[in-house]
Amino acid sequence: MKLNLKIWRQKGPNASGKMVDYQIDEVSPDMSFLEMLDVLNEQLISKGDEPVVFDHDCREGICGACSLHINGEPHGPGRGITTCQLHMRSFKDGDTIYIEPFRAKAFPVVKDLMVDRSAFDRIIQSGGYVSVNTSGNTIDANATPVRKENADAAFDAATCIGCGACVASCKNASAMLFVSAKVSQFSLLPQGQPEAKERVMNMVSQMDEEGFGNCTNTGACEVECPKGISLENIARMNREYLKASLTSK
Amino acid sequence: MKLDSKIPEGPLKDKWTYHKNNVNLVSPANKRQIDVIVVGTGLAGASAAASLAEMGYNVSAFCFQDSPRRAHSIAAQGGINAAKNYQNDGDSTYRLFYDTIKGGDYRAREANVYRLAEVSANIIDQCVAQGVPFAREYGGLLDNRSFGGVQVSRTFYAKGQTGQQLLLGAYSALSRQIAKGKVKMYNRHEMMDVVIVDGKARGIIARNLVTGEVERHSAHAVVLASGGYGNVFFLSTNAMGSNVSAAWKAHKRGALMANPCFTQIHPTCIPVSGDYQSKLTLMSESLRNDGRIWVPKKKEDAEAIRAGKLKPTQLAEEERDYYLERRYPAFGNLVPRDVASRAAKERCDAGFGVNKTGQAVYLDFASAIERYGKEQAHMKGLNENDKELVIKLGKEVVASKYGNLFQMYEKITDDNPYETPMMIYPAVHYTMGGLWVDYNLMTNVPGLYAAGEANFSDHGANRLGASALMQGLADGYFVLPYTIGDYLSGDIRTGKIPTDSKEFDQAEKEVQDRIKKLVGNKGTKSVDHFHKQLGLIMWNKCGMARNEKGLKEAISEIAALREEFWKEVKVPGSANEMNPELEKACRVADFFELGELMCKDALERKESCGGHFREESKTEEGEAMRDDENFTFVSAWAYNEKPSESELVKEELKFENVELKTRSYK
Repeated sequence: MKLNLKIWRQKGPNASGKMVDYQIDEVSPDMSFLEMLDVLNEQLISKGDEPVVFDHDCREGICGACSLHINGEPHGPGRGITTCQLHMRSFKDGDTIYIEPFRAKAFPVVKDLMVDRSAFDRIIQSGGYVSVNTSGNTIDANATPVRKENADAAFDAATCIGCGACVASCKNASAMLFVSAKVSQFSLLPQGQPEAKERVMNMVSQMDEEGFGNCTNTGACEVECPKGISLENIARMNREYLKASLTSK
Repeated sequence: MKLDSKIPEGPLKDKWTYHKNNVNLVSPANKRQIDVIVVGTGLAGASAAASLAEMGYNVSAFCFQDSPRRAHSIAAQGGINAAKNYQNDGDSTYRLFYDTIKGGDYRAREANVYRLAEVSANIIDQCVAQGVPFAREYGGLLDNRSFGGVQVSRTFYAKGQTGQQLLLGAYSALSRQIAKGKVKMYNRHEMMDVVIVDGKARGIIARNLVTGEVERHSAHAVVLASGGYGNVFFLSTNAMGSNVSAAWKAHKRGALMANPCFTQIHPTCIPVSGDYQSKLTLMSESLRNDGRIWVPKKKEDAEAIRAGKLKPTQLAEEERDYYLERRYPAFGNLVPRDVASRAAKERCDAGFGVNKTGQAVYLDFASAIERYGKEQAHMKGLNENDKELVIKLGKEVVASKYGNLFQMYEKITDDNPYETPMMIYPAVHYTMGGLWVDYNLMTNVPGLYAAGEANFSDHGANRLGASALMQGLADGYFVLPYTIGDYLSGDIRTGKIPTDSKEFDQAEKEVQDRIKKLVGNKGTKSVDHFHKQLGLIMWNKCGMARNEKGLKEAISEIAALREEFWKEVKVPGSANEMNPELEKACRVADFFELGELMCKDALERKESCGGHFREESKTEEGEAMRDDENFTFVSAWAYNEKPSESELVKEELKFENVELKTRSYK
């Protein structure tokens, strides 16, 4: 099939960008979206143009590197998938596709469709861990039983891939889904309890510092999240935050 | 050159304890004066960087991704082995050791493998303490599953995302040290060279991928945890960015490359669908527990299927060839990875393959659906002869076991595996070979270490399922932190390593020249153009089956293509900006040299063992035949500009605790 692409091109963080039109022929419905961009880039290189820059790595929906706002949706029209798992059979011959970077103040553009999501790393650094050193002498893994229900819920929260689709889909560019997924994972497990208060306070404060917006319970993040991270995590984080702020010194 | 593997004295089970008790230590005050560089932030790199920082060393960690959390360990699905014996099924350190040695077809070092099995239990304790949400049973204790043909259940897992959960655990530990300032993290940085001063590894040259700036970083020791080199085949299950460059640069600076031809080809991957294909997707090995693998018995049927005139579901049982069950009645569909892969290739090469390309076989769940359905109907007191009901119930059971994998398959292929058999084909997945290291994980270059998939150490000629995660974390959490201190204890009075020495000048200049050459090249063809051709040569001649003629051809074809690459490659853009084409070009240039060395290694190893199958070395029935008399050694190669003329250094393998046996799965 033939497609018309409108792609955001931006030389660098401080350059101004614009949408540029491209035509691409002979797109197979079995191609992934990123393979379609590979083919476009091959064409651009052979014409002497600069290829379109975008983040990608594992191409199987788990590393969280790929992003892209496709026709106004993070990771495009599919549900429960990342851009690398989106296939061209989701589009028709003659379609026009708009491809933009994830847009948020806290995710500055690096080049073209590539953005800087290191704000997420800094949020994790502010408290997204259990403070336990490496040691061959930690207690036996089975010494502390965990309710299966809680272990499963912690796992579900922990499947977040840190892609930033929640931020990109939110009208407030809020990172609440991302932050609450990590807070929830630890708040559901006994290992996370000793630092629970400090964790939620520090992570929320870092989130604010990075320039992410607030949550107004629209729920777009949950819909667009490729891993189906639930809004319940935000509710849980709000409870944890309230508890911590009322009982901290 | 003579290699010293530095295996400690004493009985196998006491070696590691003895060694830990006798290595030199570095006092806390002195650790603060010592710098360590860690390249790569997968399981091995992130766990090593975090642990070394906790101990007090100043660590600089590098990854080419935008965040350390994206390293390719994250994509591992199935699980992690550990000899916990929670299931009381007779597992022990010795059994895990034995299974690993046997699975590796007796081409790994006993002492290293025993240590791996010994620390495996600590890994699980450590990860649980970090809040890794492993699967649990209703009683609240950890669940296990069985994997890859072994006779015990020792695999810990977190659904089909074990690698992700373990990596995020290590990433959390790393993040904590970054926050403390004990690790300086360099994201979007690629190691371009390792710097050797007075014979010791003393730093690296790195390129900031955002600005293009070439930087100097010094340290008292350098740890490479940069993963495997499966992308030499272009198509593999590796991430797009996975590469050999860090390891290859070390090789060029004197580190030996061991067993490079030992590659693992995983039998259950989604087949190639077209020329535009950029990577292959693995479907977990666990599917072979219930799926039956087959191709049509008659060639006409295979041809009709390829032409789209016949559907697999239209073929009756007696028209199908369940070739694994036929050839290996004892293990059937659960033979090890290398055996299953070769058998699929054999059928497809003989013209029985399905899919448009003829390069696929069926993995069929119909009989599992029926079996589970009947069982459910019986348990619920329903009519076992109601076919519709049985299939409905059976599908529910299969969905609860493999639902996420079926969904993934459907997303990629648009076929529903509940209704029609899956199509699968083998793909490159893991590389057992890597930098040669001694018992301390140090390469033959003093101060240069290699951990995880980047080294050759533990899996011999074939890796067992769920053992890659185990090795990565064992190296990073529990081995390196001990062994590196022994070396660094000699550096407490050295002081900061300057970066203005002639060695750094020289290394940086070489990097700059290489970049300039690539960017300034007036070629006409893209990097991928060359990479795809290299991949094809490797796949056809150094893939699942190898022979002398093919390998010799491959060596000359690769050399010719490499020459053309340097003349004809076109790298758009400049060196002083984010330039993914330049990154690719630098990596592919190294793959060209590695590919040739792999063929050389495969050519010289005239036996079949594990993932390395030489067509000249097989039994009358066509099974792989090892040659213990002549090839019980590690092939370590010293760098040569013409890789096929590299010098071979042998490390003889001594087996004092296990008896060498022929693997049989009949």
